[in-house]
Amino acid sequence: MFMFEKALRGSRQYWIWLFCLLCVMVVGLAFYLYQLHIGLGVTGMSRNVSWGLYIAQFTFFVGVAASAVMVVLPYYLHDYKAFGRVTILGEFLAITAVLMCCLLIFVDLGQPARVFNIILYPTPWSLMFWDMISLSGYLFLNVIITVVTLTAEREEVAPPRWIRPVIVLSIPWAVSIHTVTAFLYSGLPGRSFWLTAIMAPRFLAGAFCSGPALLILFCLILRRTTGFDVGHKAINALSVIVTYAMVINVFFILVEAFTVLYSRIPADVAHLQYLYLGLDGNYHLVPWMWLSVLLAAVALALLLVPSWRRNPVMLPIACLAVFFSLWLDKGLGLIVGGFVPSPLDTVTTYTPTLPEWSIVLGIYAIGALMITVFYKIALAVHEEIGEADVHVPAVPVGTADR
Amino acid sequence: MKITRKDFLRLSGLSFLAGGAMEAARAIAGRSSAATESQSAPVAQSVRWGMVVDLRRCQKEKGCTACTDACDAAHNVPRIADPQHQVKWIWTQPYETVFPFIQDGYAEQSDAGIPVPLMCNHCASPPCVRVCPTQATWKRADGIVMMDWHRCIGCRYCMAACPYGSRSFNWVDPRPALAHLNPDFPTRSKGVVEKCNFCEERLANGLKPSCVDACPQKALVFGNLADPNSEPRQLLRQRFAVQREPELGTGPSVYYLV
Repeated sequence: MFMFEKALRGSRQYWIWLFCLLCVMVVGLAFYLYQLHIGLGVTGMSRNVSWGLYIAQFTFFVGVAASAVMVVLPYYLHDYKAFGRVTILGEFLAITAVLMCCLLIFVDLGQPARVFNIILYPTPWSLMFWDMISLSGYLFLNVIITVVTLTAEREEVAPPRWIRPVIVLSIPWAVSIHTVTAFLYSGLPGRSFWLTAIMAPRFLAGAFCSGPALLILFCLILRRTTGFDVGHKAINALSVIVTYAMVINVFFILVEAFTVLYSRIPADVAHLQYLYLGLDGNYHLVPWMWLSVLLAAVALALLLVPSWRRNPVMLPIACLAVFFSLWLDKGLGLIVGGFVPSPLDTVTTYTPTLPEWSIVLGIYAIGALMITVFYKIALAVHEEIGEADVHVPAVPVGTADR
Repeated sequence: MKITRKDFLRLSGLSFLAGGAMEAARAIAGRSSAATESQSAPVAQSVRWGMVVDLRRCQKEKGCTACTDACDAAHNVPRIADPQHQVKWIWTQPYETVFPFIQDGYAEQSDAGIPVPLMCNHCASPPCVRVCPTQATWKRADGIVMMDWHRCIGCRYCMAACPYGSRSFNWVDPRPALAHLNPDFPTRSKGVVEKCNFCEERLANGLKPSCVDACPQKALVFGNLADPNSEPRQLLRQRFAVQREPELGTGPSVYYLV
């Protein structure tokens, strides 16, 4: 099977790491079985906040998946050579994120055994149907692209010509997955917080900063643990992408806030008030939303000053700040904020429960396991072909792993 | 040509996928053509079930829960203590939260605070039906928005889409919370969405909805909105009536006389 044998050889630390992930997965699975037995009542969700952490995290990771386009586009369309090594990492991240999205949707279903009803009764007027089409299509495209390009690389031949149109197709397709995900929310008449045309652009901007920020962090971790270096030029280019996308993301959020706060339509203001000031004595999301704002401000400051952005200590801090700012804003506040206050003006507290967190962590562990195995394969291929002609770092690739 | 084991596996995998894709494509094609047929068929709407709620009559009976009790008993609606997990088909909510647009500032109308009976509005253009990915909820020709509890996958997209908060999800198994079981109506399992069905099972037998029959003040008036001479239409001609959030274009079938 597609070079998976390469993931079966590794150092002691490698196996300990995989074992730890496995433990987290087992805990998540145990809590999922509990949820399956009792029902979704074991989560913090309720009548009024009927979607919670699962769907919010799903939304966030669709963004991470879509962000692969930020390395694919420069590399394949503009022939930007510096992304030669990072592109495959971006594509593997996309595959992992899409599979995490599928799992996050699956654990949110009240009747998971009936999930195939979506295919059995295809419903083109439902955005959820199109979300399924776009996500599965994106997964399929990225699997094809990575298998073909990595196989070609291992055999030291040029990839077949037919793969190019597939790669070009994956670029608008990446935009489509996050657009359709935004349409899930922005097309609902009774939820004024989501009923905004800027939802899809805002989602994309958020995706194109949080995804590449995560990719930079992965590259830095790889450089430290395996000596595999994607190159300073690639990291710098990625950090410029993160900077632009983060600026646009913050701009979109402010544009949204202006419209709501200056028009002062009470139903629209109520959601922002709930998130940032608290409503009816309910403040439980307020500190988290302000933390997101603070992290965004720190990230922008670190990213906008070129010398700080290139600083090896400041850059990972900036990337972490971007990632967690968006994680809070999109992976929690955006969904919960849309439900509170409810159409009947009820303010309902939503706090994710232990089973909910454990299941989400289990899915994170699955994602981390996939990323580890995929990157292991990609690095092993790089090592195998020797790479004498590329500027390899002093430490040969993968030695730290043996 | 020599076929290696790898080639064989790859080929069989691909043909398996192709077979599945063809089957899916066939299902989609068949399904959508059937759907267009049924939708394009010209239906002169002769029946549209609707309800008129007379709030003046309703508030005469303080603390009355007859409609809710009758409905819950008829439809095996569980009585769950935890307000977060409650299942509601018809219930009451204070006037000002139901009609927030009616009054503001100094217009201290006598209606403030009175309980307003709420239920599914059986919209003419229901957002819940539009978003459901499995057609587990659909609109009948007579205007009733139906639910198939055996097809619902429990994604709760309809709950996000409903602007009236009329849909309930079974967060836990509802059956232990049933005090009395009505054997003539199905119970539900955990993990599915449910809501008022305008008593379609009673309408089929020529009966009125159970809440209508149970109301001691005759505050709930049910009938065919498409018939100009029906009881609800006569009432709507005589008195000032409002719908919940008509500006959203959903076309609720439930009217309130204020």
